[in-house]
Amino acid sequence: MTAYLLRRLSYSLIAFWGVLTIVFTLLHLTGDPAALLAGDLATPDILQQIRHSYGLDQPLPVQYVQFLGQIVRGNFGYSYRQSLPVLELIGGHIGPTIELAVSALVVTVLIGVPLGVIAGANRGSPVDTTAMLASLFGLSIPSFWLGLMLIIVFGVLLGWLPVSGYGGLNHLIMPAVVLGGFEAAQLSRLTRTGLLEVLAQDYVRTARAKGLAQRLVLIKHALRNAALPVLTIVGLGFGRMLGGAVVVETIFAWPGMGRLGVQAVLARDFPVVLGTVVIGAAIFLVVNFLVDMSYGWIDPRLRTGASDS
Amino acid sequence: MAGLTLAFGPARATRKRGRGFLRRLTGNTSGWVTCALLVVLFVAGFGASWIVPYNPSAQDLVVALHTPSLSPANGHVHLLGTDKLGRDVLSRVLVGLRVSLSVAFAVVPLSAAVGVAMGVLSGYMGGHADLALMRVVDAQMAIPALLLMIAVIAALGPGLVQIVGVLAIAGWPIYARVIWSEVIGLRQREFVAAATAVGVPNRRIMIRHVAPNVLPTVIVLATLQLPIVIVSEAALSFLGLGIQPPTPSLGQMLAEAQDVIWQAWWLPVIPGAMISIVVLVFNLLGDRVRDILDPRLRGIAYTQPRLGR
Repeated sequence: MTAYLLRRLSYSLIAFWGVLTIVFTLLHLTGDPAALLAGDLATPDILQQIRHSYGLDQPLPVQYVQFLGQIVRGNFGYSYRQSLPVLELIGGHIGPTIELAVSALVVTVLIGVPLGVIAGANRGSPVDTTAMLASLFGLSIPSFWLGLMLIIVFGVLLGWLPVSGYGGLNHLIMPAVVLGGFEAAQLSRLTRTGLLEVLAQDYVRTARAKGLAQRLVLIKHALRNAALPVLTIVGLGFGRMLGGAVVVETIFAWPGMGRLGVQAVLARDFPVVLGTVVIGAAIFLVVNFLVDMSYGWIDPRLRTGASDS
Repeated sequence: MAGLTLAFGPARATRKRGRGFLRRLTGNTSGWVTCALLVVLFVAGFGASWIVPYNPSAQDLVVALHTPSLSPANGHVHLLGTDKLGRDVLSRVLVGLRVSLSVAFAVVPLSAAVGVAMGVLSGYMGGHADLALMRVVDAQMAIPALLLMIAVIAALGPGLVQIVGVLAIAGWPIYARVIWSEVIGLRQREFVAAATAVGVPNRRIMIRHVAPNVLPTVIVLATLQLPIVIVSEAALSFLGLGIQPPTPSLGQMLAEAQDVIWQAWWLPVIPGAMISIVVLVFNLLGDRVRDILDPRLRGIAYTQPRLGR
């Protein structure tokens, strides 16, 4: 288990290093970072000053090492528009993002898993067809359109829910449904496929042959074994949602990290953009690492090192 | 054995397979309907210049925000109404459809080419480069893709070339990862050993013997990527960093509709429905192609970045 943990940890750290390298490369490929950092108001004097204070007049390898050092020390620089440290700004927006991601996760699991189980357990029946058609629609409707439609129906026509902004539970419902709905659609399809695979196994046939009730076969034998891929997908989705749901947060004016990132891009506030991208990736990697760790708990074979993936 | 036939007698075998593939694609009702819808979308999109009633950017403020109707207003029939500048929505949606399809069919071959080349090369050659490449894939999949894409586009300036480039770069890792794992398996097969034994150079083995065998998987992945690219482009345009006016795009139409959802329901409904239909048809096609060519890839779509969220 320790070896497994260490290997996974090293993969995550290497991936994070890769993220920083990609971001650094893009920063230098897409033009003069000094011009990006300075924004529209830059005079040659200011540019020179920025180049010097950020070490942009140094050779690239030196800059790269300095960049890594700054990030590792948690120094993301200052926002140009709000004169706050980037990390502090992100800290102020991470709460709403977590709130939204957790609610969307609840929606995902509460809709996705039952839908997939019901469809899989009744393969080929009208229930299965309906459920899978519903999930296909859920997959195909883009979140920005679903969001607008919900705003029109529940916000404008019926007036039941606030159309945007941050507040109590009723502000949370529409964004969580839009964000979680798509994940639920994917999850239901995956749950169904996983369940069908497990139901075709010999031990399920044995359980049925000895007269175990269909419900018990499902609960005791099938679901636990179908749980691993489901957990992976839930983890992937949750990790990404925690990094900020760019589109959904923008539509509903939800003050999370995704909207912070978009606004920073539109305002050419590149230190904040850099911060949200790097922190978003870091959160994703941490969640994925935790999901990997929970495999060992669900599947004892991984714990003993019998299996290698 | 299919691999052997394909590797040693490529031309004839492929042609036969191709015809059988089309027949199987249209083999059942849902496959048949999917293909018919696909043809309709292509005719509507690429025949747009002949079909569209009006110039999509022609403004006519007299009939601004005209409701969809069959009766002429100011001398013209606007079947799907007009927007706030009096532009014909039907014409704009059809041209927008063409833009969506063009972007998707430009991006997917690029992503596929890069990803497959990387996957085959690193899977077949192995070694340190292989290990490094897979960590780059890990890193890129951890990055909040949409945020990074809009940041890069903001730095480069929006334009068709930039959008296609950024989407292609966002898409390649999934090909690299899946193809890589297939090539690892193929490397152990007899026909590769046989080719090596008779002194065929590595480059030739990769192109003539390995690549044809991963082709079905590539086709499945490419089909599954099409709807993702379409939603991503629409999301970029919706956020104002995609296709720029005067060229209409579906995402941009949705963004413009946001301030008039109180007065004109058709403006957000029509372009959004169009995106959803296109994505739905490509999702159906993807499912069908995957079931025919490579059912093992069932879980693969779920690990893709959620670009449009």
